[in-house]
Amino acid sequence: MRALLQIAGLTAHYGDFQALFGVDLTLDEGATVAIIGANGAGKTTLMRAITGVAKVSAGSVTLAGDAITRLPAPDILTRGIAMVPEGRRLFPSLTVEENLLIGAHARKGNGFWTLEKVQTLFPILKERRHSPGTALSGGQQQMVAIGRALMSNPRVLLCDELSLGLAPVVIKEIYAAFPQIKDSGTSIIVVEQDIGQALRVADHVHCMMEGRITLSGRPAELSRDAIHDAYFGVSHA
Amino acid sequence: MMLIDTLAQGLLLGGLYALFAAGLSLVFGIMRLVNLAHGDLIILAAYLILTIATVTGLHPFLAVVLAAPVMFALGWLLQTHLLNRVLGTDILPPLLVTFGLSVVIQNGLLSGFTADSQKLTAGSIEAASVSLGFVTLGVMPLLTFASAVAVVFALNQLFYRTALGRAFRATSDDQVTAQLMGIRPQNIFAIATGIALVVATIAALYLGTRANFDPSIGPARLLYAFEAVIIGGLGSLWGTLAGGIVIGMAQAVGASINPEWQILSGHIAFVIVLLFRPRGLFPRAND
Repeated sequence: MRALLQIAGLTAHYGDFQALFGVDLTLDEGATVAIIGANGAGKTTLMRAITGVAKVSAGSVTLAGDAITRLPAPDILTRGIAMVPEGRRLFPSLTVEENLLIGAHARKGNGFWTLEKVQTLFPILKERRHSPGTALSGGQQQMVAIGRALMSNPRVLLCDELSLGLAPVVIKEIYAAFPQIKDSGTSIIVVEQDIGQALRVADHVHCMMEGRITLSGRPAELSRDAIHDAYFGVSHA
Repeated sequence: MMLIDTLAQGLLLGGLYALFAAGLSLVFGIMRLVNLAHGDLIILAAYLILTIATVTGLHPFLAVVLAAPVMFALGWLLQTHLLNRVLGTDILPPLLVTFGLSVVIQNGLLSGFTADSQKLTAGSIEAASVSLGFVTLGVMPLLTFASAVAVVFALNQLFYRTALGRAFRATSDDQVTAQLMGIRPQNIFAIATGIALVVATIAALYLGTRANFDPSIGPARLLYAFEAVIIGGLGSLWGTLAGGIVIGMAQAVGASINPEWQILSGHIAFVIVLLFRPRGLFPRAND
């Protein structure tokens, strides 16, 4: 498989605090990569650095051979990387349908995902299309956030903590949409604290701790103990 | 009968105040920027219409059509090269910069046009009136009010029915997430200020045909505009129209009791509304 997104030596700071230490990561065309790790491991910073929201102090991000490091966030979106941000961040002044449509704001030309396709993927979004986005339940809001990102027809979809604060049955419902998203030709990076979910959905898993990737592999290759050690930073005696 | 006449005059005057305020309301609603130079920009637009009318011999109603795109461009440039640089989490820098801009515009107009009073002459329409049986209304005040309603209606359509309006609202809600949608907040702000100055140009037309103006009267227009925006509720355009009407009617009633009370009555109405509705008549739910 061809590498679509390549991250090399990515380093980021918040003021004096270093949040990322030379992270390397590759996302192949059509693949799904999961990044797991405890709170504060740097997962969200990594997503924010890729999308141009957080400042990159060193390293590079390359999309299909083009360097996109330090491009402004709107440019990165138009290059084909869309994000479902942590906490969903729907626009409170916009209805459900408007939240979806704003996802296509910078879109040029046609693509697989349209309002109808997104509403078919998550039928509740059609039913509730005139409600304010923030009036929906957490799980439904997460569907809006995913749909909104898909509306730009991204080559890469970044999902930051989809399952945070949601009931297991709702998480299952949301991840049930992933095969269709993959089939549309979108490559995916999910950031998850839910290890089980990450292992089920991903072709490749990376575990982060204190701003570094401490463990990488295919789900089948990784033992529970190895993941446990990488996640909590303790070694099994 | 007198009272109905007074209230009708006040209602129509309120349209003028709503026109002063609509641009201010738009800009505040989108970027939380309080533009202290808004009144002076209206006066600047009045001088621009005057200049175009004088040079070309056009009627002010036609001159405004030429002035509007110039003011849009000015707003766009002002936002891009000046105001965007000072917008941020701290609200003080934009206040200081727009205050400085107000002084610059006043002094610029003073050196360009002197302190002499000017007026836009619209011809016979200024004296025309229509009788509605029990009350007689001037055509110009009626046009002013109709323009205010049309402007507020158009801005609302833009806000709630177009892709640009959607981007305005999204940017106002959350700038960082808006950028993840491919929206460039700085461009959005530049367009908004451009539109605000087009509205200011329409306000300038009616300000200049109604009474004399000179370079120093901007800050007083800003005050009426502020009061209209705050009475209406920050960020609500129909509220701004209502706020303008409240001030216009209060001034008309005050003036009918004693001509010296006109201005004061408007300010008193403002204080009374704030006492009972501190967030204005139509506050936005998510502010």
